[in-house]
Amino acid sequence: MTSDTLATFEEPRYRHLDAERSRYSVAMAEPLDPMDLLEIDRLLTPKELALRARLRAFVDDRIRPGIEEWFAAGRFPAELAPAFGAMGTLGMHLEGYGCPGGSTVDYGLACMEIEAGDSGLRSFMSVQGSLVMFPLHAYGSQEQKQEWLPRLAAGDAIGCFALTEPGAGSDPGAMTTAARRDGEDWILDGHKRWSTNGTVSDVGIVWAQTSEGIRGFVVPSDAPGVRFRSIDDAWSLRAAARSELFLEGVRLPATAVLPGVTGLKGPLSCLTEARFGIAFGAMGAARDCFATALRHAVTREQFGRPIGSFQLIQAKLASMAVELGKGTLLALRLGRMRDAGTAGAEHVSLGKLANARAALEIAREARSILGGDGITSAFPVIRHMLNLESVLTYEGTQEIHALIVGEALTGLRAFT
Amino acid sequence: MSFSDTLDPLQLDALLSEEELAIRDTVRRFVHEQVLPGVGGWFERGEFPEQVRSGVAGLGLLGMHLDGYGCLGANAVSYGLACLELEAGDSGLRSFVSVQGSLSMFPIHRYGSDEQKDEWLPRMATGQAIGCFGLTEPDSGSDPARMRTNARRDGSDWIVNGTKMWITNGGIADVAIVWARTDEGVRGFVIPTATPGFSTNDVHRKLSLRASVTSELVMEDVRLPAGAVLPGVTGMKGPLSCLSEARYGIVWGAMGAARACLASALEYATTRVQWGRPIAGFQLTQAKLADMAVQLQEGLLLAHHLGRMKDEGRLRPEQVSVGKLNNVRAALDIARSCRSILGASGITLEYPVMRHMNNLESVLTYEGTQEIHTLIVGHALTGLRAFE
Repeated sequence: MTSDTLATFEEPRYRHLDAERSRYSVAMAEPLDPMDLLEIDRLLTPKELALRARLRAFVDDRIRPGIEEWFAAGRFPAELAPAFGAMGTLGMHLEGYGCPGGSTVDYGLACMEIEAGDSGLRSFMSVQGSLVMFPLHAYGSQEQKQEWLPRLAAGDAIGCFALTEPGAGSDPGAMTTAARRDGEDWILDGHKRWSTNGTVSDVGIVWAQTSEGIRGFVVPSDAPGVRFRSIDDAWSLRAAARSELFLEGVRLPATAVLPGVTGLKGPLSCLTEARFGIAFGAMGAARDCFATALRHAVTREQFGRPIGSFQLIQAKLASMAVELGKGTLLALRLGRMRDAGTAGAEHVSLGKLANARAALEIAREARSILGGDGITSAFPVIRHMLNLESVLTYEGTQEIHALIVGEALTGLRAFT
Repeated sequence: MSFSDTLDPLQLDALLSEEELAIRDTVRRFVHEQVLPGVGGWFERGEFPEQVRSGVAGLGLLGMHLDGYGCLGANAVSYGLACLELEAGDSGLRSFVSVQGSLSMFPIHRYGSDEQKDEWLPRMATGQAIGCFGLTEPDSGSDPARMRTNARRDGSDWIVNGTKMWITNGGIADVAIVWARTDEGVRGFVIPTATPGFSTNDVHRKLSLRASVTSELVMEDVRLPAGAVLPGVTGMKGPLSCLSEARYGIVWGAMGAARACLASALEYATTRVQWGRPIAGFQLTQAKLADMAVQLQEGLLLAHHLGRMKDEGRLRPEQVSVGKLNNVRAALDIARSCRSILGASGITLEYPVMRHMNNLESVLTYEGTQEIHTLIVGHALTGLRAFE
């Protein structure tokens, strides 16, 4: 990944590093880019690299300047939604209805770059594209698609996804939210929790028990009986709109149901899309932590020399670089397989399992290298670290993905 | 939902050419037919049978990634695949091939005179001559530049004195590539093991790489003609470049041992019944299996990526260090986790797991310890040397 770090080294305030480096190093043939030690960028096409550069500039211009304040205030900058739309990041790999129509790898790269800014903003994008637009696109009626997809793709409307409940997390089949018929209409009652984007949403995809099994409903956020509440006491994903959703006698027309799917496979297929994005995204947060830690290690002096010249710090940096390289290779392989149609949910689980964990480990190591600076919000590391706790849990916990992969390996289900 | 191939979930086979797959399948079959039936016994008795050496040579695996002089001239990915399949048999077997091809034939091929190449390479490619590589000494391991072995001129001859340690193939070698201090810096010498003053002592009391010959080389006033020195290189970059070649093979090979362990543990876990069901149906065992699948897959992806870079001629030693650092550690983690899944069976030679686990302890240490590769990668990242 080119060179946040090297670019920074060239800034005047780091010029003294050249002298430091020559004092402690022997000449190397031609320095490798520490941010892409394995030259994984060579596996990307020029078009993909150009897309990534645009997204990286977007993060630098629109996210980095404000993120510390948004996180501190616990505020999602909803005003950025149209800019995300203009960048083509919403419903990125969907076709038609104003969607960008990119590849799965494009979508992954976008997740990676946005999450290098903040996991909360990548969460916004994941929910909008993978959890709201994807089910509309895959299972919605023509009317639903035409009504919502163009506005969602442009960022003029924001969507949320309501599956998890206070009593139904890893076991969503145990949900109690229910929809019953009243003549042609549907009446929804229930309580959803951990619904990202909820409080700023225009529409929600709500999953509910019906007499036919679990169905998805397209629920306008201003429908009578719909109430969102912000979850303010969270110490993670503070720049995302973390929300609860209460549904009390919400009356919807017959056309509000997603016609194309019945049963848990509906929401689970959405989760597969979002989890794929996380396999890439988590490596973005990890990369940002690593870049920050590396910069700190080569500039911070103790005992008369940069701490990056001590063996224990080098061991941390080397482990982080190795994990970052592996995770990026894994995400990219998954992306190529998804684009070729050869990766299923179990493959995506392997990626989510590996990369969310690796990213959190990298963030924690980076936090420790930064010492006291590592606990301040002036540096992005502890924010990423706190965010990644949510990334580890949501969209399938580590335990759930271990059991999905375990089943794929053994043919034996061990969930219950 | 299940993986079509539980040992290759991300379908890396799809990235291999027909020729690469053919070489892989040939080596896999050889290991299955000629190695696996006997290897437990060889390990137990501390043997490395001659028929295995000739079998490997017959497949053209010795110096297989070198061109000319009877060598196969295969690409780096094919060499890696061969290392992987051989090490799925036993790390000792892969070590034999690594030492022969990467540490003995490679320096002759890269730095040798035409006479040295003509004399040794064709016989080494066919296994008629076995080579070994003498760099490490009793007091000089991670810090090879402190070697004591030295060569001095006597007229146009060289006189070599010193002791080398942990030399794979030493006791069965016909020729040794020995690195020694000279007035000009470190030089490499091609020493026929029958030369007067040259002797070897095998290391017997070891619990790792038992199906492999590990020896001490003793050189007492070994007189060599001027033509014995490798003309093409002076300094530590000579032996280090050989190590880079061998380390590349280990990046792949370690994943072979890991794969064999995981295959064994998967089979065991799905058939071993406790509390009325296969232990693979319990969450704690599934978590182990899932973690191993992740590590194996990542290691294979890394090996594959480095292999393609090597075939493009752009692979750097620092990048090989990333692979060696990660993949050997991952392989050992996998082997240990498999050992625990196999329970008591895991400590026997009925199953390959503990044999691989013990072997991988050597693989973790040789060809650059974990610590050394960490510092190589650390240097590449920071520009700061932290070895001393």
